[in-house]
Amino acid sequence: MNGYLDFLGGRNGLVGLLVLAALILLVFPLTMGVDQLSLAGRFLSFGFVAAGLVLCWGYGGILSLGQGIFFGIGGYCIAMFLKLEASTPEATAIQTTPGIPDFMDWNRITELPWFWEPFNSLTLTLIAIIVLPALFAYVIGIAMFKRRVSGVYFAIITQALVVILTILLVAQQGYTGGANGITDLRTLKGWDINTDEAMVTLYFVTAFLLLGVILFGKWLLHTKFGRILIAMRDREDRVRFSGYDVANFKAFVFCVAAVFSAIGGAMFTLQEGFMSPTLIGIIPSIEFVIFAAVGGRLSLIGAVYGAMAIGFARIAFAEAYPELWLFLMGAVFIVVVLFLPYGLAGLYEKYAPKVRAFLPSRTARAATSRESTEVRS
Amino acid sequence: MGDFTTQELMAILAMQGFAGLSLFSVLLLMALGLAIIYGQMRVINMAHGEFMVIGAYATYLFSTFITAQMPGMLDYYLILAIPFAFLAAFVVGWIVEFLLIRHLYHRPLDTLLATWGLALIMQQAFRSGFGAREVSVRLPDWLQGSYRPTMMIDIPINGLAIMVLTILVTAGVAWLLYKSRWGLRVRCTTTNREMAGAVGINTRNVDRLTFALGCGIAGIAGAAFTTISSTGPTSGSLYIVDTFLVVVFGGAGSLLGTVASAFTIAQGQSILDFFIGGSMGKVITLLIVVAILMIRPEGLFASKVRR
Repeated sequence: MNGYLDFLGGRNGLVGLLVLAALILLVFPLTMGVDQLSLAGRFLSFGFVAAGLVLCWGYGGILSLGQGIFFGIGGYCIAMFLKLEASTPEATAIQTTPGIPDFMDWNRITELPWFWEPFNSLTLTLIAIIVLPALFAYVIGIAMFKRRVSGVYFAIITQALVVILTILLVAQQGYTGGANGITDLRTLKGWDINTDEAMVTLYFVTAFLLLGVILFGKWLLHTKFGRILIAMRDREDRVRFSGYDVANFKAFVFCVAAVFSAIGGAMFTLQEGFMSPTLIGIIPSIEFVIFAAVGGRLSLIGAVYGAMAIGFARIAFAEAYPELWLFLMGAVFIVVVLFLPYGLAGLYEKYAPKVRAFLPSRTARAATSRESTEVRS
Repeated sequence: MGDFTTQELMAILAMQGFAGLSLFSVLLLMALGLAIIYGQMRVINMAHGEFMVIGAYATYLFSTFITAQMPGMLDYYLILAIPFAFLAAFVVGWIVEFLLIRHLYHRPLDTLLATWGLALIMQQAFRSGFGAREVSVRLPDWLQGSYRPTMMIDIPINGLAIMVLTILVTAGVAWLLYKSRWGLRVRCTTTNREMAGAVGINTRNVDRLTFALGCGIAGIAGAAFTTISSTGPTSGSLYIVDTFLVVVFGGAGSLLGTVASAFTIAQGQSILDFFIGGSMGKVITLLIVVAILMIRPEGLFASKVRR
């Protein structure tokens, strides 16, 4: 293995990444129909948020129950752009004020609010998807970490911020689309996003971006910053006494997680075709955390499996047995916390070597490692 | 505000202020339990709202039972329903502590997730047991109607009743914490767990009792809640975020702080509600609280505990 790729985590890390890549780039597209593939694409979008939480919660020790905020920022940014594109003066000619989004017209707003203006441009929108969440996370992060707010306090305050944001989005329906959110998104620069081909293309874009994000995360953890992050989680005082500015490092990792979430939010919106406050509220925000916990809070790749496992399980159970599903979901929270603190990835790392020891031949060994590489950091 | 005369404005302020007091009562009863649990064990109980709902359903069951069996008792049953609600939530809390919480004392963030899972399970259990529709209890006649000190002010009696209940419970908790043997042990454990253990306090028992008691108080909050609103499986989750903010805003471990912050948050919401609408009023109140917490993370009244 050459030095440049050390950050992948040696042979095991490389295999884990390749298996994930093969699964989402080959196996899923070859075995699933368009509908299912597009569902998988949405679960992969949640994988971005879960991967961000692995960095900031698993490695940084900062539990944020507010990742929905950033998921929402990404989602709303792209939704605003698509909505403006859909609201041409011709398409909205029946409105009192043509050329503005329909929900604004319903709320008797007669001109486009100033903060919607930048979203006429795709470039500015893409910049906003990265810059806005980073900025917002930096402000929250610096304000709190400078005063050494951490742990449970931080979790509660981020949760309160989610509540504030969702109430605000619902209340200001003239500017935000209210409880329905921003709906009826059709085209991206003239490209219809609701066709089957578009769904498949968007799935692949999501999958490649996700692999990119995971590579970035792995690289980040491999740098000196990654070391400091773990040191801060385990002995914050010692890191501070060694002369590091703990608050800045924490704010940085919180920003990275925020940007990951925003990318996920944007990709989710493109595939779902709308964005609404219920997709970013308290419940989704805490579910992002459970995705990371199920996958393994120390495993970027595990986080993706966690998001997909819960996503597909929900599809399988929630429709057939809606009552059972909530019991099951509750049990997952409790069981993961009590018995599997390192999630599926931890389970794999604990049992994979034992299983391998029992297997006689090298070919059989290779076969199982392929089957059971579900999780690996 | 220019459209109102001073007299009208005063009447509005009095009535909104009073509406705020009802909210204050529910928030305070919820927060008291959460605050003593958090103050002692640093455990955030996400299922606290569901313990309130247990109390509310217990009151509902009690009321149905009385209506069916002893209609003559209808006027007084609430006085018995409150201890019943307390007991129901207390017992469930005791069991939950034994099965779940005590394994997680060293990992406060994980407790948050596990109790959220518990909350999901409890909500679904309520839904399966009592149905998704909201239920309400039959109020005795003396709790209905309102008190009108002047022509413009109109104060509902049930609001007054839960105020009285809140004051009694708060005084009771204060007495327990600062005057009883149990309170002494709790304060010892909060200040220095190892030393408390060394002088012969069974800190595990103290923890369990504190947790169960906190849940029991949430049960009383539930009983009070039924007199002003109807109860559904998810009623508890509506209050949980506000309650957390009350606890951290007041400064964990400070009884006075909890009372003061519940009062501030409830009054802020209620008064702003009238002038700029419920949702924006709530947004602004919460934003101010979060902003103050960012500047002063230890809350209004920080307990002076050496760590």
